[in-house]
Amino acid sequence: MATSTITEPPAADAPSGRPRVNPWLRAGSLILGILLVLSVTRVLSDAQDITSSGTAGAALRLAVPIMLAGLAGLWSERAGIVNIGLEGMMVLGTWCAAYGSLQFGPWAGLIAGILGGALGGLVHAVATVTFGVDHIVSGVALNLLGPGVARFLSSLIFTGTEGGGVTQSPQVAQPPSFTVPGLASGLRSLEDERIFFVSDAAGVLGGLVTGLSWATVISLLLIPLSIYVLWRTRFGLRLRSCGENPWAAESLGVNVYLYKYLGVIISGGLAGLGGAFLSLVASNYYREAQTGGRGFIGLAAMIFGNWRPGGLALGAGLFGFTDALQLRQGETSVHALFLALAIGLALYGIWGLSRARRVAGIASLVIAAGSLALYLFTDTVPQQFTTATPYVTTLLVLALASQRLQMPAADGLIYRKGTAK
Amino acid sequence: MSRFDPRRAGMALVAPAMAFVVAVALSSVVLVVAGHAPMTAFRSMFDFGVQPDNVVNIVNKASGYYLSALAVAIGFRMNLFNIGVDGQYRLAAMCAAVIGAAVALPGPLHILLIVVVAVIVGAIWAGIAGYLKVYRGVSEVISTIMLNYIGTALAAWMLTPAVFATLENNIVKTPDLPESGWFPGFATSGGEVYGFVVVSALVGVGYWFLLGRTRFGFDLRATGMSEPAAVASGVDVKKMVVASMLLSGGVAGLVGLPILLGASHSYGQDFPAGIGFTGIAIALLGRNHPIGIAFASVLWGFLDVSNQILDLEGIPKEIVTIMQGTIVLAVVVAYEVVRRWRVNSEQRRVAAQLGGPQAPAAPGPATTAGVA
Repeated sequence: MATSTITEPPAADAPSGRPRVNPWLRAGSLILGILLVLSVTRVLSDAQDITSSGTAGAALRLAVPIMLAGLAGLWSERAGIVNIGLEGMMVLGTWCAAYGSLQFGPWAGLIAGILGGALGGLVHAVATVTFGVDHIVSGVALNLLGPGVARFLSSLIFTGTEGGGVTQSPQVAQPPSFTVPGLASGLRSLEDERIFFVSDAAGVLGGLVTGLSWATVISLLLIPLSIYVLWRTRFGLRLRSCGENPWAAESLGVNVYLYKYLGVIISGGLAGLGGAFLSLVASNYYREAQTGGRGFIGLAAMIFGNWRPGGLALGAGLFGFTDALQLRQGETSVHALFLALAIGLALYGIWGLSRARRVAGIASLVIAAGSLALYLFTDTVPQQFTTATPYVTTLLVLALASQRLQMPAADGLIYRKGTAK
Repeated sequence: MSRFDPRRAGMALVAPAMAFVVAVALSSVVLVVAGHAPMTAFRSMFDFGVQPDNVVNIVNKASGYYLSALAVAIGFRMNLFNIGVDGQYRLAAMCAAVIGAAVALPGPLHILLIVVVAVIVGAIWAGIAGYLKVYRGVSEVISTIMLNYIGTALAAWMLTPAVFATLENNIVKTPDLPESGWFPGFATSGGEVYGFVVVSALVGVGYWFLLGRTRFGFDLRATGMSEPAAVASGVDVKKMVVASMLLSGGVAGLVGLPILLGASHSYGQDFPAGIGFTGIAIALLGRNHPIGIAFASVLWGFLDVSNQILDLEGIPKEIVTIMQGTIVLAVVVAYEVVRRWRVNSEQRRVAAQLGGPQAPAAPGPATTAGVA
């Protein structure tokens, strides 16, 4: 059990009893709720940038690679293989994408990034599935190997080119982007009106439809695609069964090794696409350490989202948003975030208490009071602390809600063919 | 670990040797593909690495690697993954540098204070992960990864001129330790060997004694090999998890001290990072054994130092990173292959002795604690 991500079995109460709320309704009301809290915060704290179109656009650009890394983790862990080698696979993706774009153009670059990451996934699959090596150990090795390979290849190929060297590539072509005509300018004028909530919504929407890269659109579509494939197809059911109970799957005739291989290779490909996004869309060249730990943040987003695509998208959006705030009047904006956190958590705490969830409710109220105190008694937040936001959030979520998280039951266990009892 | 068994010892050496050969072979292929002669590269690395000043450099680097690997190994023996050694040692070194520079004490006491501060900070940072695992069911893998980043941010914040650092010649660093806080080194023809090397070796002996010769160590290894069996024999697993995380973090706190006390005397932006991850690789290669880890640390130090010559030969020195990554991957695969082969051969032997025609069953999954 050492490699499993949560060591205690999840509480059995999760799916029972409660009436199933329409997931679209739930997601919609959640987004509206968050937007409302942010609008209140903007008015109260006068941090105008927290719902501006600039922040929303930056948040989207920063969230997509995290989302792709999280999705990569999801595909692998749903097949029962823990993948902490995401970071190394992303690095391979950044390099291969830059090389591909340099040689054959931006679209080929994206595909090269996917292939580079998938190659890393293949190595992880060989080690963990065929040889039965501990998943964490193999992941650590990949995180060593990925940057090493990228650096070696750079010194072979990029050194001596214009603007290139051991640590970076020359400038490369980016995939095309577009602005939704009419809509963007209309939303912009609405945003400038500064009407409560309406302008906030317009700002966020406007940011999302301005200068949108096609690569972003494709990446976002991968979320519904993953939901469909994993939860609505026979292939997905089999893949998930390998993560829940490979021995039972084997006894039903599923080729567990094959599905685990596919899960990890797809995982590598998604991580590679995340890397490609960093070198082709978020910037226009490959640079060493460009991933900046996003593989791990992606993993955090996946856990935050309870091993579900919708949840991880929300987590990635949240982490991308805090990152973006840092770029837009960082110290004031992030400071205002404490107020938003206090309001949000207070509401959640009251809701929790009304639903007789005493521990979670009280804990939320205490944290809400704490962040309100922080908001009132400090003026700005040092930039170093904002960098740590995703990690602190993840630790808090794990510490407060780990009993409610449901990871795949056989996640991280080493499975050998023919060991079913 | 009882009586010396040449057959077992031989097999324990097969896997790392296999891994090394595979890594060398693979990097040779990469070099040939890139149009370089691998033998030239390896020979010049070796010639460069055995020069006295480079030997000193290797030993100095290895002292930190050794401590880092021991910290990781303590966790491994209990099936705990302390991936957070990196954050633990950097935060510990940062705090030790700040407090060490702020006080003035007579020599040995000053050093002792710095060491104690580093150990406590490292232990606290790892202890958070231990606490979260035991009381909140959070995997230490994820929590230590998160704590790495939080620790990095915290150290970066402390390293701003507004907080604890000073700005000298455009370099941000903590104030220098007074000379009473410097650990005396050994002067050799190749330069000064860190005196802290002795401390590293002592920690290695302590590790061997604690794990191999005490009740605590027995409980720890038993928990790592089979938790249900340990519980049945009266081991308090929760207490063991917290204790071994604290211990691992305490040792991790020492990792930055050879450099801090022996060379840099301050914590700055150029303080080496990543030794914690190197430690994971070395602990795996050295099979959690204090002597194996010592050899692996020296090998790693050698690769790190001797690659400098490759650039002069026109060969990308990054080949060494590929080699190191391959070694880690190859060594764990090799252990698994050797282990399965051993289990099979033992089953065959037993079957032959019993005279029955039983077919050997498939070996069960291994744990990192179960090796050695």
